[in-house]
Amino acid sequence: MSLTKDQVHHIALLARLKLEESELDDVVDKLSRIVDFVDQLQAAPTDGVVPMAHPLDQSQRLRPDVVSETIDREAIQANAPLVRDGFYLVPKVL
Amino acid sequence: MSVDSRSLHVLTLTELARGIKEGEFSALELTETLLRRIEAHNPGLNAFITVTGEQALASAEAADKARAAGNAPVLNGLPIVHKDLFCTSGVLTTCGSRMLSDFVSPYDATVVARLKSAGAVTLGKTNMDEFAMGSSNETSWFGPVANPWNRDRSPGGSSGGSAAAVAARLVPAGTGTDTGGSIRQPAALTGTVGIKPTYGRVSRYGMVAFASSLDQAGVITRSAEDAALLLGVMAGFDERDSTSVDQPVPDYLAALGTPLEGLKIGIVRQHFDEGLDPQCAARIRESLEVLRAEGATLVEVDLPNLELSVPTYYVVAPAECSSNMSRFDGVRFGHRAADPEDLLDLYCRSRGEGFGAEVKRRIMTGTYVLSAGYYDAYYLKAQKVRQLIGEDFRNAFGQVDVIAGPTAPTPAFALGEKTDDPITMYLNDIYTIGANLAGNPGISLPCGFAEKLPVGLQLVGPHFAEEKLLNVAHQYQLLTDWHKACPGGFE
Repeated sequence: MSLTKDQVHHIALLARLKLEESELDDVVDKLSRIVDFVDQLQAAPTDGVVPMAHPLDQSQRLRPDVVSETIDREAIQANAPLVRDGFYLVPKVL
Repeated sequence: MSVDSRSLHVLTLTELARGIKEGEFSALELTETLLRRIEAHNPGLNAFITVTGEQALASAEAADKARAAGNAPVLNGLPIVHKDLFCTSGVLTTCGSRMLSDFVSPYDATVVARLKSAGAVTLGKTNMDEFAMGSSNETSWFGPVANPWNRDRSPGGSSGGSAAAVAARLVPAGTGTDTGGSIRQPAALTGTVGIKPTYGRVSRYGMVAFASSLDQAGVITRSAEDAALLLGVMAGFDERDSTSVDQPVPDYLAALGTPLEGLKIGIVRQHFDEGLDPQCAARIRESLEVLRAEGATLVEVDLPNLELSVPTYYVVAPAECSSNMSRFDGVRFGHRAADPEDLLDLYCRSRGEGFGAEVKRRIMTGTYVLSAGYYDAYYLKAQKVRQLIGEDFRNAFGQVDVIAGPTAPTPAFALGEKTDDPITMYLNDIYTIGANLAGNPGISLPCGFAEKLPVGLQLVGPHFAEEKLLNVAHQYQLLTDWHKACPGGFE
Protein backbone atom coordinates (compact mmCIF):
# COMPACT_ATOMS: atom_id res chain seq x y z
CA MET A 1 0.00 0.00 0.00
CA SER A 2 1.77 3.16 -1.15
CA LEU A 3 -0.54 5.47 0.85
CA THR A 4 -1.37 5.24 4.54
CA LYS A 5 -4.71 5.95 6.16
CA ASP A 6 -3.26 9.10 7.67
CA GLN A 7 -2.13 10.35 4.27
CA VAL A 8 -5.56 9.67 2.78
CA HIS A 9 -7.20 11.55 5.65
CA HIS A 10 -4.91 14.49 4.98
CA ILE A 11 -5.62 14.46 1.21
CA ALA A 12 -9.37 14.25 1.90
CA LEU A 13 -9.15 17.25 4.19
CA LEU A 14 -7.22 19.25 1.58
CA ALA A 15 -9.90 18.29 -0.95
CA ARG A 16 -12.69 19.17 1.52
CA LEU A 17 -14.19 15.68 1.33
CA LYS A 18 -15.64 13.90 4.32
CA LEU A 19 -15.00 10.17 4.05
CA GLU A 20 -17.06 7.71 6.03
CA GLU A 21 -15.11 5.16 8.10
CA SER A 22 -16.85 2.44 6.06
CA GLU A 23 -15.39 3.72 2.77
CA LEU A 24 -11.87 4.43 4.06
CA ASP A 25 -10.24 1.02 3.44
CA ASP A 26 -11.54 0.97 -0.13
CA VAL A 27 -10.31 4.53 -0.77
CA VAL A 28 -6.82 3.76 0.63
CA ASP A 29 -6.62 0.60 -1.51
CA LYS A 30 -7.80 2.15 -4.79
CA LEU A 31 -5.96 5.44 -4.39
CA SER A 32 -2.75 3.50 -3.69
CA ARG A 33 -3.24 1.47 -6.87
CA ILE A 34 -3.73 4.69 -8.87
CA VAL A 35 -0.60 6.28 -7.39
CA ASP A 36 1.42 3.10 -8.09
CA PHE A 37 0.10 3.10 -11.65
CA VAL A 38 1.03 6.71 -12.41
CA ASP A 39 4.43 6.18 -10.75
CA GLN A 40 5.60 4.48 -13.98
CA LEU A 41 5.97 8.01 -15.40
CA GLN A 42 9.05 8.49 -13.22
CA ALA A 43 11.06 6.17 -15.50
CA ALA A 44 10.31 8.20 -18.66
CA PRO A 45 13.34 10.20 -19.87
CA THR A 46 12.22 13.85 -20.02
CA ASP A 47 15.47 15.82 -19.59
CA GLY A 48 15.21 19.09 -21.48
CA VAL A 49 11.55 18.53 -22.42
CA VAL A 50 9.35 21.63 -22.08
CA PRO A 51 6.12 20.76 -20.24
CA MET A 52 3.06 21.09 -22.47
CA ALA A 53 1.05 24.17 -21.52
CA HIS A 54 -1.55 23.93 -24.28
CA PRO A 55 -2.14 21.24 -26.91
CA LEU A 56 -2.23 23.81 -29.75
CA ASP A 57 0.55 25.98 -28.33
CA GLN A 58 -1.81 28.90 -27.99
CA SER A 59 -1.73 31.59 -25.38
CA GLN A 60 -4.68 32.92 -23.43
CA ARG A 61 -6.78 35.47 -25.30
CA LEU A 62 -7.23 38.88 -23.65
CA ARG A 63 -10.25 41.15 -23.88
CA PRO A 64 -10.88 44.75 -22.89
CA ASP A 65 -11.78 45.13 -19.22
CA VAL A 66 -15.37 46.22 -19.76
CA VAL A 67 -18.66 44.79 -18.55
CA SER A 68 -19.95 42.33 -21.15
CA GLU A 69 -22.38 40.15 -19.21
CA THR A 70 -25.19 40.94 -16.82
CA ILE A 71 -26.23 38.63 -14.03
CA ASP A 72 -29.83 37.97 -13.15
CA ARG A 73 -29.31 37.40 -9.44
CA GLU A 74 -32.73 35.93 -8.80
CA ALA A 75 -32.42 33.36 -11.57
CA ILE A 76 -28.91 32.41 -10.44
CA GLN A 77 -29.90 32.12 -6.78
CA ALA A 78 -32.88 29.93 -7.61
CA ASN A 79 -30.33 27.09 -7.52
CA ALA A 80 -28.80 28.06 -4.17
CA PRO A 81 -29.68 25.81 -1.24
CA LEU A 82 -30.02 28.70 1.25
CA VAL A 83 -30.38 32.43 0.49
CA ARG A 84 -31.99 35.38 2.23
CA ASP A 85 -32.45 38.90 0.85
CA GLY A 86 -30.13 38.10 -2.05
CA PHE A 87 -27.34 36.79 0.20
CA TYR A 88 -25.96 33.26 0.39
CA LEU A 89 -26.15 31.89 3.93
CA VAL A 90 -23.35 29.89 5.54
CA PRO A 91 -22.71 28.81 9.15
CA LYS A 92 -21.32 31.57 11.37
CA VAL A 93 -17.62 32.12 10.68
CA LEU A 94 -16.79 34.96 13.06
CA MET B 1 -48.01 11.47 -46.26
CA SER B 2 -45.89 8.97 -48.20
CA VAL B 3 -43.78 7.64 -45.32
CA ASP B 4 -45.18 5.44 -42.57
CA SER B 5 -44.55 7.31 -39.32
CA ARG B 6 -43.92 3.98 -37.58
CA SER B 7 -40.64 3.60 -39.46
CA LEU B 8 -39.28 7.14 -39.08
CA HIS B 9 -36.89 6.06 -36.31
CA VAL B 10 -34.72 4.04 -38.70
CA LEU B 11 -33.92 7.07 -40.87
CA THR B 12 -30.72 9.07 -40.47
CA LEU B 13 -30.68 12.78 -39.77
CA THR B 14 -29.87 13.48 -43.42
CA GLU B 15 -32.84 11.38 -44.57
CA LEU B 16 -35.13 12.99 -42.00
CA ALA B 17 -34.06 16.48 -43.10
CA ARG B 18 -35.05 15.64 -46.67
CA GLY B 19 -38.40 14.16 -45.57
CA ILE B 20 -39.37 17.20 -43.50
CA LYS B 21 -38.24 19.61 -46.20
CA GLU B 22 -40.27 17.82 -48.88
CA GLY B 23 -43.33 17.51 -46.65
CA GLU B 24 -43.33 13.69 -46.53
CA PHE B 25 -43.93 13.97 -42.78
CA SER B 26 -44.02 16.80 -40.27
CA ALA B 27 -41.58 17.59 -37.49
CA LEU B 28 -44.46 17.04 -35.09
CA GLU B 29 -45.18 13.52 -36.40
CA LEU B 30 -41.49 12.70 -36.13
CA THR B 31 -41.21 14.06 -32.59
CA GLU B 32 -44.32 12.18 -31.46
CA THR B 33 -43.01 8.95 -32.98
CA LEU B 34 -39.68 9.22 -31.20
CA LEU B 35 -41.18 10.27 -27.86
CA ARG B 36 -43.36 7.14 -28.01
CA ARG B 37 -40.27 5.02 -28.71
CA ILE B 38 -38.43 6.60 -25.79
CA GLU B 39 -41.38 5.87 -23.51
CA ALA B 40 -41.48 2.25 -24.66
CA HIS B 41 -37.76 1.45 -24.69
CA ASN B 42 -36.05 3.72 -22.19
CA PRO B 43 -37.13 1.79 -19.07
CA GLY B 44 -35.01 -1.15 -20.27
CA LEU B 45 -32.02 1.03 -21.17
CA ASN B 46 -31.96 3.93 -18.67
CA ALA B 47 -30.41 6.12 -21.39
CA PHE B 48 -32.31 9.27 -20.34
CA ILE B 49 -32.20 11.29 -17.14
CA THR B 50 -34.81 13.77 -18.36
CA VAL B 51 -37.24 13.57 -21.29
CA THR B 52 -38.39 17.03 -22.39
CA GLY B 53 -41.58 15.95 -24.16
CA GLU B 54 -43.60 19.16 -23.88
CA GLN B 55 -40.79 21.46 -24.97
CA ALA B 56 -39.99 19.07 -27.82
CA LEU B 57 -43.55 19.12 -29.13
CA ALA B 58 -43.60 22.93 -28.94
CA SER B 59 -40.27 23.17 -30.84
CA ALA B 60 -41.55 20.71 -33.44
CA GLU B 61 -44.68 22.81 -34.02
CA ALA B 62 -42.50 25.88 -34.38
CA ALA B 63 -40.37 23.98 -36.92
CA ASP B 64 -43.42 23.06 -38.96
CA LYS B 65 -44.52 26.70 -38.94
CA ALA B 66 -41.07 27.84 -40.03
CA ARG B 67 -41.22 25.43 -42.97
CA ALA B 68 -44.69 26.65 -43.94
CA ALA B 69 -43.44 30.24 -43.77
CA GLY B 70 -40.48 29.35 -45.98
CA ASN B 71 -37.76 30.25 -43.47
CA ALA B 72 -36.64 26.85 -42.21
CA PRO B 73 -33.08 26.79 -40.80
CA VAL B 74 -30.61 24.01 -41.65
CA LEU B 75 -31.62 21.53 -38.91
CA ASN B 76 -35.31 22.41 -38.96
CA GLY B 77 -37.32 19.89 -36.94
CA LEU B 78 -34.44 17.43 -36.55
CA PRO B 79 -34.44 15.55 -33.23
CA ILE B 80 -31.43 15.50 -30.91
CA VAL B 81 -30.59 14.69 -27.30
CA HIS B 82 -27.96 16.30 -25.09
CA LYS B 83 -25.59 14.65 -22.67
CA ASP B 84 -26.68 15.85 -19.24
CA LEU B 85 -23.62 18.04 -18.69
CA PHE B 86 -24.61 20.57 -21.34
CA CYS B 87 -26.46 23.39 -19.63
CA THR B 88 -30.01 23.70 -20.93
CA SER B 89 -31.99 26.74 -19.91
CA GLY B 90 -34.88 25.87 -17.60
CA VAL B 91 -34.14 22.14 -17.79
CA LEU B 92 -32.50 19.87 -15.22
CA THR B 93 -28.73 19.56 -15.81
CA THR B 94 -27.45 16.90 -13.40
CA CYS B 95 -24.09 15.68 -14.77
CA GLY B 96 -25.23 12.26 -13.56
CA SER B 97 -24.50 13.36 -10.00
CA ARG B 98 -26.35 13.58 -6.73
CA MET B 99 -24.53 16.91 -6.33
CA LEU B 100 -26.56 18.48 -9.16
CA SER B 101 -29.64 16.25 -8.98
CA ASP B 102 -31.93 19.29 -8.72
CA PHE B 103 -29.86 21.87 -10.64
CA VAL B 104 -31.88 23.73 -13.28
CA SER B 105 -29.56 25.66 -15.55
CA PRO B 106 -30.33 29.38 -15.95
CA TYR B 107 -28.75 29.47 -19.44
CA ASP B 108 -27.96 27.39 -22.54
CA ALA B 109 -24.51 26.04 -23.40
CA THR B 110 -23.22 27.45 -26.71
CA VAL B 111 -23.55 24.00 -28.32
CA VAL B 112 -27.18 23.78 -27.19
CA ALA B 113 -27.95 27.34 -28.30
CA ARG B 114 -26.41 26.84 -31.76
CA LEU B 115 -28.27 23.60 -32.40
CA LYS B 116 -31.50 25.13 -31.13
CA SER B 117 -31.24 28.21 -33.31
CA ALA B 118 -30.53 25.94 -36.29
CA GLY B 119 -33.96 24.37 -35.67
CA ALA B 120 -33.02 21.15 -33.85
CA VAL B 121 -35.65 19.72 -31.49
CA THR B 122 -34.30 18.56 -28.11
CA LEU B 123 -35.97 15.37 -26.88
CA GLY B 124 -34.15 15.15 -23.57
CA LYS B 125 -30.98 14.85 -21.54
CA THR B 126 -29.00 11.64 -21.49
CA ASN B 127 -27.43 9.58 -18.74
CA MET B 128 -23.66 9.62 -18.25
CA ASP B 129 -20.89 8.69 -15.87
CA GLU B 130 -20.89 11.15 -12.98
CA PHE B 131 -19.29 14.40 -14.18
CA ALA B 132 -18.04 12.40 -17.20
CA MET B 133 -15.63 10.45 -14.98
CA GLY B 134 -15.93 6.86 -16.08
CA SER B 135 -15.74 4.55 -19.10
CA SER B 136 -18.80 2.37 -18.50
CA ASN B 137 -21.70 4.60 -17.43
CA GLU B 138 -21.74 2.81 -14.09
CA THR B 139 -20.70 5.82 -11.97
CA SER B 140 -23.98 7.68 -12.65
CA TRP B 141 -26.08 8.57 -9.59
CA PHE B 142 -29.06 7.65 -11.80
CA GLY B 143 -27.87 4.08 -12.39
CA PRO B 144 -26.01 2.40 -15.26
CA VAL B 145 -27.14 2.48 -18.90
CA ALA B 146 -27.66 -0.85 -20.67
CA ASN B 147 -26.11 -1.56 -24.06
CA PRO B 148 -28.91 -2.12 -26.63
CA TRP B 149 -26.87 -4.93 -28.23
CA ASN B 150 -26.87 -6.88 -24.96
CA ARG B 151 -28.43 -5.44 -21.84
CA ASP B 152 -25.97 -7.15 -19.51
CA ARG B 153 -23.18 -5.19 -21.19
CA SER B 154 -21.97 -1.65 -20.67
CA PRO B 155 -22.58 0.87 -23.47
CA GLY B 156 -19.23 2.45 -22.58
CA GLY B 157 -18.84 5.90 -21.15
CA SER B 158 -18.97 8.54 -20.23
CA SER B 159 -21.42 9.54 -23.03
CA GLY B 160 -23.13 6.13 -22.73
CA GLY B 161 -26.70 7.47 -22.59
CA SER B 162 -26.39 9.35 -25.88
CA ALA B 163 -24.69 6.35 -27.52
CA ALA B 164 -27.32 3.85 -26.30
CA ALA B 165 -30.19 6.14 -27.37
CA VAL B 166 -28.74 6.56 -30.88
CA ALA B 167 -27.94 2.82 -31.24
CA ALA B 168 -31.47 1.86 -30.12
CA ARG B 169 -33.00 4.21 -32.72
CA LEU B 170 -34.66 6.33 -30.03
CA VAL B 171 -33.09 9.41 -31.62
CA PRO B 172 -30.81 9.88 -34.65
CA ALA B 173 -28.18 11.99 -32.86
CA GLY B 174 -26.89 12.98 -29.46
CA THR B 175 -24.23 15.32 -28.17
CA GLY B 176 -21.37 14.03 -26.09
CA THR B 177 -18.13 15.15 -24.55
CA ASP B 178 -14.75 13.47 -24.82
CA THR B 179 -11.97 14.04 -22.27
CA GLY B 180 -10.20 10.68 -22.69
CA GLY B 181 -12.44 8.80 -25.12
CA SER B 182 -15.92 9.49 -23.74
CA ILE B 183 -17.50 9.96 -27.20
CA ARG B 184 -15.43 7.50 -29.25
CA GLN B 185 -15.42 4.52 -26.84
CA PRO B 186 -19.21 4.42 -26.27
CA ALA B 187 -19.70 4.89 -30.04
CA ALA B 188 -17.46 1.85 -30.61
CA LEU B 189 -19.26 -0.25 -27.98
CA THR B 190 -22.74 0.56 -29.34
CA GLY B 191 -22.05 0.43 -33.09
CA THR B 192 -22.51 4.17 -33.66
CA VAL B 193 -20.37 7.00 -35.06
CA GLY B 194 -18.72 9.36 -32.57
CA ILE B 195 -16.49 12.32 -33.36
CA LYS B 196 -14.26 14.26 -30.98
CA PRO B 197 -13.10 17.41 -32.77
CA THR B 198 -9.79 19.22 -32.33
CA TYR B 199 -9.36 20.88 -28.93
CA GLY B 200 -10.89 24.37 -29.21
CA ARG B 201 -12.96 23.60 -32.34
CA VAL B 202 -16.29 23.48 -30.45
CA SER B 203 -17.10 25.85 -27.59
CA ARG B 204 -16.91 24.55 -24.03
CA TYR B 205 -19.12 27.36 -22.71
CA GLY B 206 -21.93 25.87 -20.63
CA MET B 207 -20.40 22.40 -20.76
CA VAL B 208 -19.73 21.47 -17.13
CA ALA B 209 -15.95 21.16 -16.86
CA PHE B 210 -14.06 18.00 -15.91
CA ALA B 211 -10.51 18.55 -17.24
CA SER B 212 -10.42 21.84 -19.11
CA SER B 213 -7.31 21.25 -21.24
CA LEU B 214 -8.75 17.95 -22.53
CA ASP B 215 -12.55 18.38 -22.67
CA GLN B 216 -14.09 18.72 -26.11
CA ALA B 217 -17.70 18.45 -27.30
CA GLY B 218 -18.80 16.34 -30.24
CA VAL B 219 -21.64 14.18 -31.51
CA ILE B 220 -22.79 10.59 -31.71
CA THR B 221 -24.79 9.67 -34.82
CA ARG B 222 -25.42 6.67 -37.05
CA SER B 223 -23.51 7.97 -40.07
CA ALA B 224 -20.47 10.11 -40.80
CA GLU B 225 -22.67 12.27 -43.03
CA ASP B 226 -24.92 13.10 -40.06
CA ALA B 227 -21.89 13.92 -37.92
CA ALA B 228 -20.65 16.30 -40.65
CA LEU B 229 -24.05 18.01 -40.78
CA LEU B 230 -24.14 18.61 -37.01
CA LEU B 231 -20.49 19.53 -36.56
CA GLY B 232 -20.89 22.27 -39.15
CA VAL B 233 -23.48 23.89 -36.87
CA MET B 234 -21.70 23.24 -33.56
CA ALA B 235 -18.15 24.25 -34.48
CA GLY B 236 -16.74 27.74 -34.58
CA PHE B 237 -15.32 30.55 -32.50
CA ASP B 238 -17.06 31.55 -29.27
CA GLU B 239 -15.99 34.60 -27.34
CA ARG B 240 -17.31 33.02 -24.15
CA ASP B 241 -14.78 30.16 -24.22
CA SER B 242 -11.26 31.41 -23.56
CA THR B 243 -9.70 28.45 -25.41
CA SER B 244 -12.04 28.59 -28.40
CA VAL B 245 -10.06 28.73 -31.65
CA ASP B 246 -10.78 31.55 -34.06
CA GLN B 247 -10.58 29.71 -37.36
CA PRO B 248 -13.17 29.46 -40.13
CA VAL B 249 -15.34 26.33 -40.10
CA PRO B 250 -15.03 24.41 -43.37
CA ASP B 251 -18.06 22.98 -45.17
CA TYR B 252 -17.83 19.46 -43.76
CA LEU B 253 -20.61 18.10 -45.99
CA ALA B 254 -18.93 19.41 -49.14
CA ALA B 255 -15.74 17.52 -48.23
CA LEU B 256 -17.50 14.14 -48.19
CA GLY B 257 -17.03 13.35 -51.87
CA THR B 258 -13.24 13.11 -51.90
CA PRO B 259 -11.90 9.78 -53.30
CA LEU B 260 -9.45 7.80 -51.14
CA GLU B 261 -6.94 7.49 -53.99
CA GLY B 262 -3.53 8.55 -52.69
CA LEU B 263 -4.57 8.83 -49.04
CA LYS B 264 -1.82 7.71 -46.67
CA ILE B 265 -3.16 5.85 -43.65
CA GLY B 266 -0.87 5.26 -40.69
CA ILE B 267 -1.07 1.91 -38.92
CA VAL B 268 0.38 2.15 -35.43
CA ARG B 269 2.64 -0.79 -34.58
CA GLN B 270 1.89 -0.44 -30.86
CA HIS B 271 -1.88 -0.76 -31.47
CA PHE B 272 -1.58 -4.44 -32.28
CA ASP B 273 0.47 -5.39 -29.22
CA GLU B 274 -0.99 -7.75 -26.64
CA GLY B 275 -4.05 -6.23 -25.01
CA LEU B 276 -6.09 -5.96 -28.20
CA ASP B 277 -8.77 -8.63 -28.47
CA PRO B 278 -7.86 -10.91 -31.45
CA GLN B 279 -11.35 -10.67 -32.99
CA CYS B 280 -11.28 -6.87 -32.74
CA ALA B 281 -7.82 -6.90 -34.35
CA ALA B 282 -9.21 -9.02 -37.21
CA ARG B 283 -12.09 -6.56 -37.80
CA ILE B 284 -9.68 -3.62 -37.84
CA ARG B 285 -7.39 -5.35 -40.36
CA GLU B 286 -10.39 -6.18 -42.58
CA SER B 287 -11.57 -2.57 -42.53
CA LEU B 288 -8.08 -1.36 -43.41
CA GLU B 289 -8.16 -3.71 -46.42
CA VAL B 290 -11.42 -2.09 -47.55
CA LEU B 291 -9.74 1.32 -47.48
CA ARG B 292 -6.62 -0.01 -49.21
CA ALA B 293 -8.69 -1.56 -51.99
CA GLU B 294 -10.14 1.91 -52.66
CA GLY B 295 -6.71 3.39 -53.31
CA ALA B 296 -5.41 4.31 -49.87
CA THR B 297 -1.84 3.39 -48.93
CA LEU B 298 -1.14 1.78 -45.56
CA VAL B 299 2.05 2.95 -43.86
CA GLU B 300 3.41 1.65 -40.55
CA VAL B 301 4.07 4.38 -37.98
CA ASP B 302 5.15 4.46 -34.34
CA LEU B 303 3.60 6.13 -31.32
CA PRO B 304 6.45 5.14 -28.96
CA ASN B 305 4.91 6.70 -25.85
CA LEU B 306 1.44 5.21 -26.35
CA GLU B 307 1.70 3.13 -23.19
CA LEU B 308 2.51 6.22 -21.11
CA SER B 309 -0.61 8.03 -22.31
CA VAL B 310 -2.87 6.42 -19.69
CA PRO B 311 -0.68 7.22 -16.62
CA THR B 312 -0.05 10.72 -18.03
CA TYR B 313 -3.78 11.25 -18.37
CA TYR B 314 -4.42 9.99 -14.84
CA VAL B 315 -2.19 12.74 -13.49
CA VAL B 316 -3.29 15.63 -15.74
CA ALA B 317 -7.04 14.92 -15.79
CA PRO B 318 -7.48 14.42 -12.00
CA ALA B 319 -5.32 17.51 -11.34
CA GLU B 320 -7.62 19.65 -13.49
CA CYS B 321 -10.65 17.84 -12.07
CA SER B 322 -9.68 18.65 -8.49
CA SER B 323 -9.49 22.37 -9.41
CA ASN B 324 -12.75 22.38 -11.39
CA MET B 325 -14.71 20.45 -8.77
CA SER B 326 -13.77 22.91 -6.04
CA ARG B 327 -16.70 25.07 -7.20
CA PHE B 328 -19.10 22.63 -5.55
CA ASP B 329 -19.21 24.04 -2.04
CA GLY B 330 -22.78 23.48 -0.87
CA VAL B 331 -23.31 27.24 -0.86
CA ARG B 332 -24.02 28.61 -4.33
CA PHE B 333 -25.61 25.58 -6.01
CA GLY B 334 -25.76 21.84 -5.63
CA HIS B 335 -26.18 19.50 -2.70
CA ARG B 336 -25.88 20.96 0.81
CA ALA B 337 -25.47 18.78 3.88
CA ALA B 338 -28.07 19.17 6.64
CA ASP B 339 -27.23 20.88 9.96
CA PRO B 340 -23.55 21.75 9.40
CA GLU B 341 -21.49 22.35 12.57
CA ASP B 342 -19.36 25.00 10.90
CA LEU B 343 -18.19 26.10 7.45
CA LEU B 344 -15.56 23.35 7.12
CA ASP B 345 -18.13 20.72 8.05
CA LEU B 346 -20.54 22.22 5.48
CA TYR B 347 -17.93 21.93 2.70
CA CYS B 348 -16.69 18.47 3.65
CA ARG B 349 -20.06 16.82 4.19
CA SER B 350 -21.80 18.47 1.23
CA ARG B 351 -19.02 17.21 -1.05
CA GLY B 352 -18.68 13.85 0.70
CA GLU B 353 -22.41 13.18 0.29
CA GLY B 354 -22.84 14.83 -3.12
CA PHE B 355 -20.04 13.05 -5.00
CA GLY B 356 -19.81 9.34 -5.80
CA ALA B 357 -16.78 7.11 -5.22
CA GLU B 358 -15.05 7.58 -8.61
CA VAL B 359 -15.38 11.37 -8.54
CA LYS B 360 -13.93 11.43 -5.01
CA ARG B 361 -11.02 9.23 -6.11
CA ARG B 362 -10.22 11.57 -8.98
CA ILE B 363 -10.48 14.69 -6.83
CA MET B 364 -8.14 13.12 -4.28
CA THR B 365 -5.69 11.86 -6.92
CA GLY B 366 -5.59 15.39 -8.31
CA THR B 367 -5.21 16.94 -4.89
CA TYR B 368 -2.33 14.56 -4.14
CA VAL B 369 -0.38 15.18 -7.38
CA LEU B 370 -0.75 18.95 -6.98
CA SER B 371 0.09 19.05 -3.28
CA ALA B 372 3.28 20.56 -1.86
CA GLY B 373 6.30 18.36 -2.57
CA TYR B 374 4.60 16.26 -5.25
CA TYR B 375 3.87 18.84 -7.97
CA ASP B 376 7.20 18.43 -9.81
CA ALA B 377 7.28 14.66 -9.49
CA TYR B 378 3.78 14.12 -10.83
CA TYR B 379 2.11 17.08 -12.52
CA LEU B 380 5.13 18.69 -14.14
CA LYS B 381 6.52 15.29 -15.11
CA ALA B 382 3.19 14.33 -16.70
CA GLN B 383 3.07 17.58 -18.70
CA LYS B 384 6.56 16.77 -20.03
CA VAL B 385 5.52 13.27 -21.08
CA ARG B 386 2.43 14.86 -22.60
CA GLN B 387 4.74 16.98 -24.74
CA LEU B 388 6.48 13.78 -25.93
CA ILE B 389 3.11 12.24 -26.78
CA GLY B 390 2.26 15.38 -28.79
CA GLU B 391 5.59 15.05 -30.64
CA ASP B 392 4.81 11.40 -31.44
CA PHE B 393 1.61 12.51 -33.17
CA ARG B 394 3.37 15.37 -35.01
CA ASN B 395 6.02 12.94 -36.26
CA ALA B 396 3.41 10.44 -37.38
CA PHE B 397 1.44 13.11 -39.25
CA GLY B 398 4.64 14.11 -41.02
CA GLN B 399 4.37 10.74 -42.78
CA VAL B 400 0.63 10.04 -43.07
CA ASP B 401 -2.72 11.84 -43.50
CA VAL B 402 -4.65 9.94 -40.85
CA ILE B 403 -3.98 7.18 -38.34
CA ALA B 404 -6.34 4.20 -38.26
CA GLY B 405 -6.70 1.56 -35.56
CA PRO B 406 -8.93 0.21 -32.82
CA THR B 407 -11.08 2.52 -30.65
CA ALA B 408 -11.26 0.13 -27.69
CA PRO B 409 -9.29 -3.02 -26.80
CA THR B 410 -12.40 -5.22 -26.49
CA PRO B 411 -16.07 -5.16 -27.47
CA ALA B 412 -18.61 -4.12 -24.80
CA PHE B 413 -17.68 -5.63 -21.42
CA ALA B 414 -20.19 -6.84 -18.83
CA LEU B 415 -21.73 -4.36 -16.38
CA GLY B 416 -19.90 -4.85 -13.07
CA GLU B 417 -16.90 -6.54 -14.74
CA LYS B 418 -14.37 -3.74 -14.20
CA THR B 419 -15.76 -1.82 -11.23
CA ASP B 420 -13.46 -3.43 -8.65
CA ASP B 421 -10.22 -2.23 -10.17
CA PRO B 422 -9.91 1.38 -11.36
CA ILE B 423 -6.75 0.58 -13.37
CA THR B 424 -8.48 -2.10 -15.48
CA MET B 425 -11.22 0.43 -16.23
CA TYR B 426 -8.70 3.19 -17.05
CA LEU B 427 -6.78 0.97 -19.50
CA ASN B 428 -9.92 0.63 -21.58
CA ASP B 429 -9.12 4.11 -22.96
CA ILE B 430 -5.55 3.34 -24.07
CA TYR B 431 -6.23 3.97 -27.79
CA THR B 432 -8.31 7.13 -27.33
CA ILE B 433 -6.51 9.13 -24.62
CA GLY B 434 -3.54 10.17 -26.78
CA ALA B 435 -5.72 12.31 -29.06
CA ASN B 436 -7.01 14.24 -26.02
CA LEU B 437 -3.55 14.81 -24.59
CA ALA B 438 -2.29 16.06 -27.97
CA GLY B 439 -5.52 17.94 -28.88
CA ASN B 440 -6.10 15.96 -32.10
CA PRO B 441 -9.49 15.10 -33.62
CA GLY B 442 -10.68 11.48 -33.66
CA ILE B 443 -13.69 9.56 -34.91
CA SER B 444 -14.97 6.06 -34.19
CA LEU B 445 -17.13 4.19 -36.68
CA PRO B 446 -18.62 0.68 -36.74
CA CYS B 447 -16.48 -1.86 -38.63
CA GLY B 448 -18.01 -5.25 -37.83
CA PHE B 449 -18.78 -7.54 -34.92
CA ALA B 450 -17.02 -9.73 -32.39
CA GLU B 451 -19.18 -12.18 -30.40
CA LYS B 452 -22.29 -10.39 -31.75
CA LEU B 453 -21.07 -7.07 -30.30
CA PRO B 454 -20.01 -4.06 -32.40
CA VAL B 455 -16.35 -3.18 -33.00
CA GLY B 456 -15.19 0.38 -33.63
CA LEU B 457 -12.53 1.62 -36.07
CA GLN B 458 -10.84 4.80 -34.90
CA LEU B 459 -9.39 7.43 -37.22
CA VAL B 460 -7.21 10.19 -35.75
CA GLY B 461 -6.05 13.20 -37.75
CA PRO B 462 -3.80 16.25 -37.46
CA HIS B 463 -5.25 19.33 -35.73
CA PHE B 464 -8.30 20.67 -37.63
CA ALA B 465 -8.46 17.67 -40.00
CA GLU B 466 -12.11 16.92 -39.16
CA GLU B 467 -12.99 17.20 -42.88
CA LYS B 468 -10.56 14.43 -43.71
CA LEU B 469 -11.75 12.13 -40.90
CA LEU B 470 -15.39 12.62 -41.83
CA ASN B 471 -14.66 11.99 -45.50
CA VAL B 472 -12.67 8.79 -44.89
CA ALA B 473 -15.42 7.57 -42.55
CA HIS B 474 -18.08 8.46 -45.14
CA GLN B 475 -16.18 6.70 -47.96
CA TYR B 476 -15.92 3.60 -45.75
CA GLN B 477 -19.66 3.76 -45.07
CA LEU B 478 -20.39 3.96 -48.81
CA LEU B 479 -18.54 0.64 -49.16
CA THR B 480 -19.87 -1.15 -46.06
CA ASP B 481 -23.14 -1.62 -44.17
CA TRP B 482 -21.91 -2.03 -40.59
CA HIS B 483 -23.35 1.35 -39.57
CA LYS B 484 -26.80 0.20 -40.69
CA ALA B 485 -26.91 -2.82 -38.38
CA CYS B 486 -29.63 -2.45 -35.75
CA PRO B 487 -29.65 -4.19 -32.36
CA GLY B 488 -32.34 -6.88 -32.01
CA GLY B 489 -35.65 -5.65 -30.56
CA PHE B 490 -35.11 -2.08 -31.75
CA GLU B 491 -35.84 -2.49 -35.49
